[in-house]
Amino acid sequence: MDAVDIARWQFAIVTVYHYFFVPVTIGLSVIVAGFETTWLRHRNPEMLRLTKFFGKLFTINFALGLVTGIVQEFQFGMNWSDYSRFVGDIFGAPLAIEALLAFFLESTFLGLWIFGWDKIPPKLHAACMWLVAVGTLLSAYFILAANSWMQHPVGFKYNPTTGRAELTDFLAVLTNKVQLVTFPHTMTSAYMVGGAFVMAVGLWHLRKPDVGKNATMYRKATRIGAWVTLVSALGVMVSGDLQGKVMTEVQPMKMAAAEALYNSEGSNAPFSLLTIGSLDGSQEKFAVKVPGLLSFLATGRFDGSVEGINEIRAAYEKQYGATASARVFSQGYTPTIPLTYWSFRIMIGLGVAGALIAIAVLWSTRRDRIPHHRLWFWTVLATPLLPLFANSFGWIFTEAGRQPWLVFGVMTTSHGVSPNVSGGEVWTSLIVFTLLYGVLAVIEMKLLLGFIAAGAPDFEEPVDLADQDENAPLVFAY
Amino acid sequence: MELTTVWFILIGVLWTGYFVLEGFDFGVGMLMPVLGRGEQGEVRKRVMLNTIGPVWDGNEVWLLTAGGATFAAFPHWYATMFSGLYLPLLIILVALIVRALGFDYRGKVDDPTWRKRWDLAIFCGSAVPALLWGVALTNVVMGLPIDATKEYTGNLFTLLHPVGLLGGLTTVALFLTHGAVFIALKTEGDIRHEARTLSLRLGAAAAVLAVILLVTINVSTGSIASWIASVVAAVALLFGLFAMSHDREGWAFVGTFLAIGAAVATLFLALFPDVMPSTTNAAYSLTTTNASSTAYTLTIMTWVAAVFTPIVLAYTSWTYWTFRRRIGTHHIPATSAGTIRASSERP
Repeated sequence: MDAVDIARWQFAIVTVYHYFFVPVTIGLSVIVAGFETTWLRHRNPEMLRLTKFFGKLFTINFALGLVTGIVQEFQFGMNWSDYSRFVGDIFGAPLAIEALLAFFLESTFLGLWIFGWDKIPPKLHAACMWLVAVGTLLSAYFILAANSWMQHPVGFKYNPTTGRAELTDFLAVLTNKVQLVTFPHTMTSAYMVGGAFVMAVGLWHLRKPDVGKNATMYRKATRIGAWVTLVSALGVMVSGDLQGKVMTEVQPMKMAAAEALYNSEGSNAPFSLLTIGSLDGSQEKFAVKVPGLLSFLATGRFDGSVEGINEIRAAYEKQYGATASARVFSQGYTPTIPLTYWSFRIMIGLGVAGALIAIAVLWSTRRDRIPHHRLWFWTVLATPLLPLFANSFGWIFTEAGRQPWLVFGVMTTSHGVSPNVSGGEVWTSLIVFTLLYGVLAVIEMKLLLGFIAAGAPDFEEPVDLADQDENAPLVFAY
Repeated sequence: MELTTVWFILIGVLWTGYFVLEGFDFGVGMLMPVLGRGEQGEVRKRVMLNTIGPVWDGNEVWLLTAGGATFAAFPHWYATMFSGLYLPLLIILVALIVRALGFDYRGKVDDPTWRKRWDLAIFCGSAVPALLWGVALTNVVMGLPIDATKEYTGNLFTLLHPVGLLGGLTTVALFLTHGAVFIALKTEGDIRHEARTLSLRLGAAAAVLAVILLVTINVSTGSIASWIASVVAAVALLFGLFAMSHDREGWAFVGTFLAIGAAVATLFLALFPDVMPSTTNAAYSLTTTNASSTAYTLTIMTWVAAVFTPIVLAYTSWTYWTFRRRIGTHHIPATSAGTIRASSERP
C-alpha cells in the first residue's frame, strides 16, 4: 500500500465509524424532543419516563459522535493537505459555517438539556432538545453541501494563476442539485435509524415476562418507533429514487458501477438482485435479474437506455485524457466494481428489511398484542443495525463510486493527499485510531446495553422552579 | 481594513476564545487529582466535574470553529499547519477524545476501577493538550522550516526546542491557575478555600513563565501592539492574583480570563502579517495575503460571522448565567443520575 491507500483507509475507517453515531443522534434528538413535548401537553408520566430513558441513551451516543467528529474537522488538513489547498476557498466555508451555526447550538443546548432539569422552565427545557434537533439539521445541510460539491462541483472556476478552484457562486453550492436530493435522503435515512432504535428498545422490554404495568409505555415506544421507521423508509425510497436519477445524469459511471453494467443497454436494462461471477464483476456465472428495473432507476422509464462502464470509460478517456489516467491511478476511470455493486445492493436490502420489520412489528403489536414468538428476539437485536448499516453502505457506495475522483472531474484522489506526511505517520495514526475506536466501541456497547437493560427510570415529579431549596441535591449531576 | 486582516483578527479571536474558555476546563481536569484527594475525594471530584459539566462541550466548539474558519479563510495556513504538526495534533485528538468521554462516562458505571480509569483519561486528556497547544502555537509564531511549496520540512523533534517547551509549560501553568480560580469561583466549602490558596501559588509560577515567554517572543518577532498586549496580560494576571488574595473570586476570574486572552493576542499580534513564518527563507513564509481565500469567499464568511457570532455569544452567556450557582458537596446526589452497576455486581 502506498501513502494514498493508507490515507484512504484511514479516512474510510474514521468516517464510517463517526457515521455510526451521527444518524442515531439525528434520529433520536427529534424523537426525544417529541416525547418531552407530549409529556408537557398531556402530562402522561410515561412520556416523561421515556424522555429521560431515551435522553440518556441519546447522550451516551452523542458523546462518541462528538469526539469522533473532532477528528473529521482536523483530518482534511492532516492527511489531505493538497486537497485542502486546492478546494479550501469553496469547501472550507460550509465547514466553518457548520461549526458556527450547528456545533455551538447542539453542544450548548444539549448541555442545558442534560443539566437544566432543575434550572430552566419545562417548556424551555423541551425547546432545548428541539434546538439540538435543529442543530443536527443545519449540521447535515452544510456538511452535505460540502460533500455534494465533491460529487458535482458547481459555482466555481479554476484559477490557473493560483492553481486552485475558486468560489464564484455560493448559492449555487448550497442549492447544488445533488445536495437537494442528498439532504432529504440522508435525513430520512437517519430518522429511520432513530425510529428503529426506539422500536427495538421498546420491543425488547415489551417482550420481557416481567414487563407488568410498564407494558403500555413500552408498547407506545415500540409503535412510535415503528411508525417513524416506516414513514422515514418511504421518504428514503422516494428521495433515493430521485438521487439515483440525478446521479445517472452527473456521474453515469457510478450508476453503471452500481449494476456492474459493462456494456450499454439500449432499453429495458435489468437490475440484478445478486450475481455470482468473477471477482471484478466482468463475467457473470449466475444472476437473478429484474428486467427493466435498472432503466427505471436510472431514467424513470422501463425502456430507458443506460450507459455501460466501457462506453463511459472511453468517453472519460477522451474528455480527461487516457495517458494521464494511467499514470495517476492504476485502475483508470473505473471504480472498484465489486465494492460498488455489493454496497449498493446491501444498502437497499438492509433498508427494505428494516421497513418490513417495522410493518411486522406494527401488525403484531396491534391492539394489545405482545409478540412472543422466539424469532422476535433475534429480530429485535438486528433491527437497529439494519438501517444503520444501510447508511454506512450508502456512504461507502457513493464515495467509492466517485473514485478515482476526489472532486468529480476536477481532482483525483491521489492528488489530494498530504505530500509532506510520511507513510509512517499515516500508518501511526491509522493504527492509533483503529485501536482506540475499537476499544471505545466495546465501552459504548457495554454502556448502551447496560442502560437499555436498566429500562426507563421511575417517574419523579419534576422540580418546581419557584419553590426550590437552594441546598437540595442537583437533579442531574456527573 | 483588508478582509484578510479582518479574518486574521477573527481567527485570532476564535483561538483566544478557545483558550480562555477551554483553558479553565483543562485546568479543572488537571486539578482533579490534586483537589480531589482525601476522604471526601470522590464527592469533591464530582463537585469539580459539575462546575464545568454544562459548558465544556460548548467551549470545545471554539476549537472546531477556529479550525473550520482557518480552512475557509486561509486554506494554505490550515493545510501547512495541520499536515506539518501531524503527530502533535494526533496526540491532541486522542487526548481530547478520551477526556470528553471521561466527563460523560465516568459516573455512568458505579465501579471504582471504572472511575479511576476515566479519572486518568480526564487528567491526561487535559494536561496533554494544555501542553501541546502551547508548544504548537509558540512554534508557529517563532517560525518553522517551510519550503518554497509551503510544506513543513521538519519533524516532531523540530518542535521540541527550549522556547517551544517554555510555551507549553506556560500554557499549562496559566490553565492551572485559570482552573483553580474557576473552582474557587464556582464551589463552596473546603474545596473553595483550597482552590484559592492553590490559585495564588500556581499564579505566581504562571506569571514568571509567561513573562519570560512573552518577552522572548516579543524580542524575536514582536511589534508595538504585541508588546502592549503582553503588558496587558501581565497587569491582568497580577490584578487577578491581587483580587484573589482579597477573596474577590469574580474579579480574579476576570483577571485570569483577560491575562490568557491578552497572552494569546500577543502571539497573534507578533505573528501578523505572517501566519506561518518560514525559518528556511523569509520569502517562503505564509502570510495573510498569500495564504488566504478569495475576497468573494471572505465576504460571504464575514456576513455569516457578523450575523451569527452575536447569537452564539448571547446563548453562550445565557448558559453561563443559568448555571451561575456555586456547587458544594451537599449538592451532589448519592449516585450519579442513572448509574448502572459494574457488570460483575449485576445479579
